[in-house]
Amino acid sequence: MIEDFAAALPANAWNWVAVWRRNYLAWKKVSLVTILGNLADPMIYLFGLGTGLGIMVGRVDGASYIAFLAAGMVAVSAMTASTMETLYAAFARMHSQRTWEAMLYTHVTLGDIVLGELAWAATKAFLAGTAITIVTATLGYAAWPSILYALPIIALTGCVFASLAMVVTALSPSYDYFVFYQTLVLTPMMFLSGAVFPSDQLPHAFQQIARCMPLSHAIDLIRPVMLDRPIGGIALHVGVLGLYALLPFFLSMALLRRRLMR
Amino acid sequence: MSQDQKHQVLKRKLGPEDLRRFETPAIERESHGQTSAKSSVPDSLSTVAVDFAGVTKSYGNKIVVDELSFSVASGECFGLLGPNGAGKSTIARMLLGMTCPDAGAITVLGVPVPARARLARRGIGVVPQFDNLDQELTVRENLLVFGRYFGMSTRQSEAVIPSLLEFARLERKANARVSELSGGMKRCLTMARALINDPQLIVMDEPTTGLDPHARHLIWERLRALLARGKTIILTTHFMEEAERLCDRLCVLERGRNIAEGRPQALIDEHIGCQVMEIYGGDPHELLSLVKPHSQRIEVSGETLYCYAPDPEQVRTQLHGRAGLRLLLRPANLEDVFLRLTGREMEE
Repeated sequence: MIEDFAAALPANAWNWVAVWRRNYLAWKKVSLVTILGNLADPMIYLFGLGTGLGIMVGRVDGASYIAFLAAGMVAVSAMTASTMETLYAAFARMHSQRTWEAMLYTHVTLGDIVLGELAWAATKAFLAGTAITIVTATLGYAAWPSILYALPIIALTGCVFASLAMVVTALSPSYDYFVFYQTLVLTPMMFLSGAVFPSDQLPHAFQQIARCMPLSHAIDLIRPVMLDRPIGGIALHVGVLGLYALLPFFLSMALLRRRLMR
Repeated sequence: MSQDQKHQVLKRKLGPEDLRRFETPAIERESHGQTSAKSSVPDSLSTVAVDFAGVTKSYGNKIVVDELSFSVASGECFGLLGPNGAGKSTIARMLLGMTCPDAGAITVLGVPVPARARLARRGIGVVPQFDNLDQELTVRENLLVFGRYFGMSTRQSEAVIPSLLEFARLERKANARVSELSGGMKRCLTMARALINDPQLIVMDEPTTGLDPHARHLIWERLRALLARGKTIILTTHFMEEAERLCDRLCVLERGRNIAEGRPQALIDEHIGCQVMEIYGGDPHELLSLVKPHSQRIEVSGETLYCYAPDPEQVRTQLHGRAGLRLLLRPANLEDVFLRLTGREMEE
């Protein structure tokens, strides 16, 4: 059993690149449309909520509301981009398009495929998060050049949510089940993790829950960087995000092996 | 089109070696060493390409493959023939190491599978039952991307792509998106894709299912070209005609069991051994009693009576004058073998 699982792990450190490049090649053909689509949603939230609510809210944690919200939107857009890619696009490649099946005829292992998919989803999250960071910094809501430190955190956030979504993909019989993950996990997480309002206003129990959620750790890293403030507990935040990227990766591998190689 | 014209067209389409194969039935190919692709393979390679020994696989309580044993020699076209649900696709998946057998041993190209399936897959090309090409990519990109999965660099893939396109007859479609291709072209591309790693063994799972007759003939002809190159082919199919035309040997499967194995003609001779008269257009049970004394054996399937008669003329005489009856005398085929062995028709 353990041997079987080992055979499904990534074969080496570079095989996944072939899978990533396949997705990149297919995406390149529709890149302009998808970039606009991925950017429009968080931008509308940022400026809609930022300017609209900002008038009523005033300053939050010593920053304008829109500057406070920007860091939340960067993390949320990274979360959404990698989740969507892994839930819908990767599921299609696994299920209806049978792209993974064709890959499994070759020298690529299941682990290589999963790793390539996660890396690809993280790439899309990185693109989405970075684009918003640049726009907000250009408009003066985030600090140059410290936002550069946000970029690796955005990529890591992308890995985390791709990895988590891969577990959902591995378990879902069809597309219809994804909405449960989105509405019952991701949306509450967005509100609890301090993306749109500071989480220290929440009741103590909710704050404890928020501390276990990966999004709050991502925001705790991204927000100080964007507002050019000192960051506390970097090791803890990065460690939690690292665990959230790694553990679901192995779990999804085991689940996918059971699903596809039975 | 006269036979001669057809022959000329064929000659244009096929190379001389292909044509020899086309003109020589599979069974004769076996016995006439000089035209056989097998003979062109060095002796050291004329070994067992695939070996299944007592392989069993079940899902829950359902046994899908039951104590299955067979061997495929290098350079031969081996058929797995059976109706839907006979376990053909599961066998193909086990051969590739994508499914673990519950019991038994599988060896592919000298390597134990699934233990070392990844190594075995280096020498295998797969043409799947369901189209899994990258629809949004072009023909050339599909080949390039697939080469990468085998660790081939862009330059290495570019070097073999022209010959693959020529094989698939898709030279002019190199930059067309897969979604623009016809069903037959897609299947040809899938065959070309399976060749990118220059495999010794090609596994074709129902390669012509869902194709129109024209495309089917094209695939058969391409498949023969592969045999002429000395490739070993495992072909799963539920088309008797396909199996009869292409396979050197085959095994007939029913519910995952190997119920007969051998050369197609040998199986037909062994299990049927005479011509078949198909009778329909009347009450089969009434006709049964009429023709029974003159028949070796009779099967009723739906409204058709299959009458295996050493002397069909006697049957014809017996039925003479009965209105509305249609009689068809034909050589026995693998469908009859299947019917004989299982008591039911292959295509459901």
